[in-house]
Amino acid sequence: MLTKKELKELKLKSNSVRINIIKMISESKSGHPAGSLGIVDILITLYSKLIKHNPKKPNWNKRDRFILSPGHVCPALYATLAEEGYFKKEELITLRKLGSKLQGHPHKEDLQGIELSTASLGQGLGAAVGIALGLKLNKSKNYVYCISSDGEHDEGSVWEAVNAANKYKLNNLINIIDVNNIQICGYTKDVWPLESFKAKYESFNWKVIEINGNNHCQIVSAIEKAKKLNYPVCIVAYTVPGKGVSFMEHKYQWHGKAPNQEEKESALQELEKERELIIK
Amino acid sequence: MDSVRELKSTRQGFGKALLELGKKNKKVVVLSADLTSSVQAHKFEEKYPTRFFQAGVAEQNMISMATGLSLESFIPFATSFGVFVPMRCLDQIRVSVCYNNSNVKLVGSHCGLSTGEDGATHQALEDVASLRSLPNMTIIEPCDYNQTILATKAIVNMNGPAYLRIHRPKMKQLTKISSKFKIGKADIIQKGEKLTIITSGPVLVEVIKASKILVKEKIINFKPEIINCHTIKPIDYKTIINSVKKTNKVLVIQDHQIVGGLGSSVCEVLSQHFPAPVKILGMKDKFGESGSPKELWHRYGLDHEGIMREIKKFV
Repeated sequence: MLTKKELKELKLKSNSVRINIIKMISESKSGHPAGSLGIVDILITLYSKLIKHNPKKPNWNKRDRFILSPGHVCPALYATLAEEGYFKKEELITLRKLGSKLQGHPHKEDLQGIELSTASLGQGLGAAVGIALGLKLNKSKNYVYCISSDGEHDEGSVWEAVNAANKYKLNNLINIIDVNNIQICGYTKDVWPLESFKAKYESFNWKVIEINGNNHCQIVSAIEKAKKLNYPVCIVAYTVPGKGVSFMEHKYQWHGKAPNQEEKESALQELEKERELIIK
Repeated sequence: MDSVRELKSTRQGFGKALLELGKKNKKVVVLSADLTSSVQAHKFEEKYPTRFFQAGVAEQNMISMATGLSLESFIPFATSFGVFVPMRCLDQIRVSVCYNNSNVKLVGSHCGLSTGEDGATHQALEDVASLRSLPNMTIIEPCDYNQTILATKAIVNMNGPAYLRIHRPKMKQLTKISSKFKIGKADIIQKGEKLTIITSGPVLVEVIKASKILVKEKIINFKPEIINCHTIKPIDYKTIINSVKKTNKVLVIQDHQIVGGLGSSVCEVLSQHFPAPVKILGMKDKFGESGSPKELWHRYGLDHEGIMREIKKFV
């Protein structure tokens, strides 16, 4: 459980990450704002409170492993890693620029703290399964956290991985699905209906916990609960795409479009206002 | 000692090497996509069950799992038929394996027409072409049982992605287990003149036979130079160019599509460094069919008769 102070801190960090996401994507004039904004609260809560990691030693052997399968929401991950001290926040605006550590989709050879280069959808969970197997073989007690997206569950390879985790009883694997209901061409219900994740994962013998993925307290309790279950656990996290910027919220049109100058300013104004409210 | 006379397949060589590696190197793990004994990994499974992962008929996830295992410092062999690994899971290989420079070893068995009776769906003739353009990938096609043992051990000792192209039929052994094997270093099997023959894989048997007959029956009045180019990528520029400087003519023989195989690689080298006439024997943009390996090599001009015919025409 989070204390009031901890919650306030998480909210402030999340807000700061959102402000950076808007600045980064505006500066690069391309990128994926909606998904990035939606996933911030999960990332910040994981990195601040739940994942064992050490920004000074990104390859620390006792770290928990983290895979971001939908690599396109990496602005949120980059801003979170900067928030946690992996690199200087000033570098964030180099996103997608020539020679930047911050590639358009994350590349582990460019940035310390990235476990696996991802973004071709449907590969992250399978790699997480392999890591979980490897950790067990090495008798490590660490966990593997994977964030996958609802849209990427269109890929059959995701379901191969879901099956594999059941076969190998991977109780050290937690898959958080960011269910934001949008993908490039529209709402997931129209593009490729996927509901219900809960019923589907349960039929593969996973344990499922459903939460509001923009609620820090629910994220903490879900992970705490997941670690007590002796199963692979899927956390179905319902998030608001574009969260915090009213004109982007729930709009699939903001999946992969950068805000123009005017939109950027209006988004930042809104987020600054939110910041003041959190501080109060 | 393995008798040189005994007929054995490259896939058996792979199985033998796995057993040795299993004992010596605790980091070696094996994944199978429901083809364990076909790729000769069954003995490893029996002996080292905790380091063997049955991945089911799900090649894409097998490659992802292998990537994850490699991140935890294991050396995974992801095994299947060459038609499935690499081709069923090429994007996983491109991004999770090659872009990440993961220490994953891919093994495609039943490659080439020599797969035989199973026919076109199971004869990998495009695997090298599929992988050759991927950065960080090493591609090796050993010519016989012994060389496969050496190649399997060699790819464990290198860091990064590698693909081992192996085969079903039992063949005469051409190399010794005591032979030297170095990734990226082609072997000159026969020193010669006027024609460089470059090949990889078991079809080398037919190349040697063709050369012997042509010389013995005085159909040609020279010995061609024969290069066993077991490492298709990175290709051994030096050995190839040095040979062609001497002979000025190249014949490439491959149990693979002409498009994108060893011959293409040789042409890329020569066109940029030492242009010379090249002829490539292989599949001419067609699928294979059922038949015995011998019959198929005969039909598609890859047996010694077909090779002799081409050499006579070419020189």
